[in-house]
Amino acid sequence: MSAPEQQPAARRSRSDVPFVAGLVVIGGLYVGLIVAMVAADAAYLLTDPTGKGNDGIVAGFNRLVLPLAKPEIRYAVKLSLVSCAITAILSVWVAVPLGYLMSRYEFRGKGFVDAVIDVPIVLPPLVVGLSLLILFQTPPGRAVERVIPVTYAIPAVILAQFSVACAFAVRTMRVTFDQISPRREQVARTLGCTRGQAFWRVVLPEARNGMVTAATVAWARALGEFGPILVFAGATRMRTEVLSTTIFLELSVGNLEAAVAVSLLMVLAAVLVLVVLRWAGGGSARGW
Amino acid sequence: MIAVDGLSLKMGAFAVEGVSFTAGTGEYAVLMGRTGCGKTSLLEAICGLKPVRGGRVRLLGRDVTDLPPADRGVGYVPQDLALFPTMTVREHLGFALEVRRWDATLAARRVEELTELLGLGHLLDRRPPGLSGGEAQRVALGRALAFRPGVLLLDEPLSALDEDTRAGMYELLRSVQRQTGVTTLHVTHSRAEARALADRLFVFDKGVLRESSVDT
Repeated sequence: MSAPEQQPAARRSRSDVPFVAGLVVIGGLYVGLIVAMVAADAAYLLTDPTGKGNDGIVAGFNRLVLPLAKPEIRYAVKLSLVSCAITAILSVWVAVPLGYLMSRYEFRGKGFVDAVIDVPIVLPPLVVGLSLLILFQTPPGRAVERVIPVTYAIPAVILAQFSVACAFAVRTMRVTFDQISPRREQVARTLGCTRGQAFWRVVLPEARNGMVTAATVAWARALGEFGPILVFAGATRMRTEVLSTTIFLELSVGNLEAAVAVSLLMVLAAVLVLVVLRWAGGGSARGW
Repeated sequence: MIAVDGLSLKMGAFAVEGVSFTAGTGEYAVLMGRTGCGKTSLLEAICGLKPVRGGRVRLLGRDVTDLPPADRGVGYVPQDLALFPTMTVREHLGFALEVRRWDATLAARRVEELTELLGLGHLLDRRPPGLSGGEAQRVALGRALAFRPGVLLLDEPLSALDEDTRAGMYELLRSVQRQTGVTTLHVTHSRAEARALADRLFVFDKGVLRESSVDT
């Protein structure tokens, strides 16, 4: 019969264009949305608020920079940079051992631990903040407060950032260790290493890019943290105000320009983070 | 000497029960078996990387069944070689010596010896991504032999090499073994390799290990 022989000819004539066009249109809409958001921020600052249209790059630049010179905002920039750096370092400190443990060892209750690590990722941010607030009202929490005041102070900012950002760092480190063949540690152990020596000498040097990625992801999450900080640390100017709080405070008093200026500053930070991630990720993709 | 006595292992879906064999000191023993028959697990058990359920492993007359891999004195070359991507060839050769706290002068001399033995002179400052299959193989061999282990375990060491390189490696493996006197257990699924290298041949089939004549 000729029916099966005809089929290939019929198949060949079908075009792939609609499929690819579908991918491009749907994907392009989203990419366009992101670009449009950032472009709109920049355009807003460059446009004369009096409605006379574009009043030049210098005036636009001033609208971007002048709000950032306000002492409250400068304080927020400083606190954001310092608290995010501390959070990133703490997160890597925890993520490396925890990620390695989850990647290499089987133990009772591993599934439970795995789920617990995901809790900060899936929990609504305000709930994280509220839970921290309540934790520090319990007797052990109060005991800590007597030594170091946490709630509504700078340690609360860092703890709020850390409790969410660290979960992302742990995920990153776990994937990093999963991608490093355990065979190399095994060989190292036959060559004379203990498990610890094999980790320090063989695994950790190879995980370097993963650690940079984990630190960067944690830093970026910490910078964007808002809900938990608002609830647990408050939004007191010159005290617990970070950049995301600034946007909220400036918006709430109707100072849209300052809010946009700070937003653009955070966009800039995000771009920097992306550059670092690409660089570190490129390294691991080049990997061997 | 490698003496495995009544070794039992559990590996995922199936188990190996009561495997025994002995290879004398300085012998080149080849263990043949089909892919997935448990050869690799058996090597890992001898290295101490896989817990055994029963039986004993003795190396050079010493019962090592309960020792950690570091204390067994075994040079191990896994099938995928598992070279360390962040280290140069020189660092690979010196790795075991550094971990075992060899005197620096002695270690340097040993690295030099291995470089010559394995023809690695022009590669010392390269890292694994810059090595060909045969070169990587020689580096893995050098790394395993550096601390002068009494026993060398090779897991399908030639399977990833092309024909010409393989023929060269036969000779190299033979001459290394002659020069060092290391007792070698070489796992493979290739009859040609067994014929080219083996002093003694063991065949592992359906969980049963028996000695076979090299010539057949």
